[in-house]
Amino acid sequence: MYLNQFLFLAAFLFCVGVYGVLARKNGVLVLMSIELILNAVNINLVAFGAFHNNVAGQVFALFVIAVAAAEVGVGLAIVLLIYRNRQSIDVTDSSLMKG
Amino acid sequence: MIAQNLIFGAIAGAMGLAAIRVVTTKNIVHAALYLVVVLAGVAAIYVLLAAEFTAAAQVLVYIGAILVLFLFGIMLTRAPIGTTTDLDNDQRGLAVVVSIFLLGVLGAVLNDAFGSTKLAADTGVQRTAEVGNSIFQDYVIPFEVISVLLLASLVGAVVIARRD
Repeated sequence: MYLNQFLFLAAFLFCVGVYGVLARKNGVLVLMSIELILNAVNINLVAFGAFHNNVAGQVFALFVIAVAAAEVGVGLAIVLLIYRNRQSIDVTDSSLMKG
Repeated sequence: MIAQNLIFGAIAGAMGLAAIRVVTTKNIVHAALYLVVVLAGVAAIYVLLAAEFTAAAQVLVYIGAILVLFLFGIMLTRAPIGTTTDLDNDQRGLAVVVSIFLLGVLGAVLNDAFGSTKLAADTGVQRTAEVGNSIFQDYVIPFEVISVLLLASLVGAVVIARRD
């Protein structure tokens, strides 16, 4: 197995996630795209950990998983609050701070 | 070796298709269910890289917890169940250009840097005990910081979402 096949898969997932963040306007779908991006990073960490035969890659992947769980909890709470105040989770509508 | 490559190809193909469906499907519940396929594929990739504990954590935390959280979020925001055309904004063309450009740049750089680097054929299984030792010896301070972060996000989510 080449190292690159894992890195290319991660790069592809990352780019799909970036597309989702840019093109979706439903708040929950934007959070799902962020999960794709975080998973791409995790694949890279574990692949390099296996390549260097070092457990630090796995340790940091576990830390990223924990941070992702925290991020989704707070993110969905914010989305719920936006829904409660505006009856919509369209992120393009939340333009109160727009100049 | 051949078998590993075949399995990798099957997993990567399924993950790629499912990831594209996550960001293009017109049904928000289907997006969450396609995300399950991607996350399970990532867990399978971890198994292929002999990272057993990370694969288990991926299944437990992502598929077990985060996906359920997403489905609750979809339910509580009364998202339209069924096909809608109102999930994308008007920047889709630009977003496609940006992500394809990014993929091209990343692909070129990776090809340049690791073009013919092979993983060791006998990638040793990084045993769970080693991962645990590493967390609690080398990385114990980040571990404690993560636990405080989880507590803070737990309290924060409750405070933000509370009805008062």
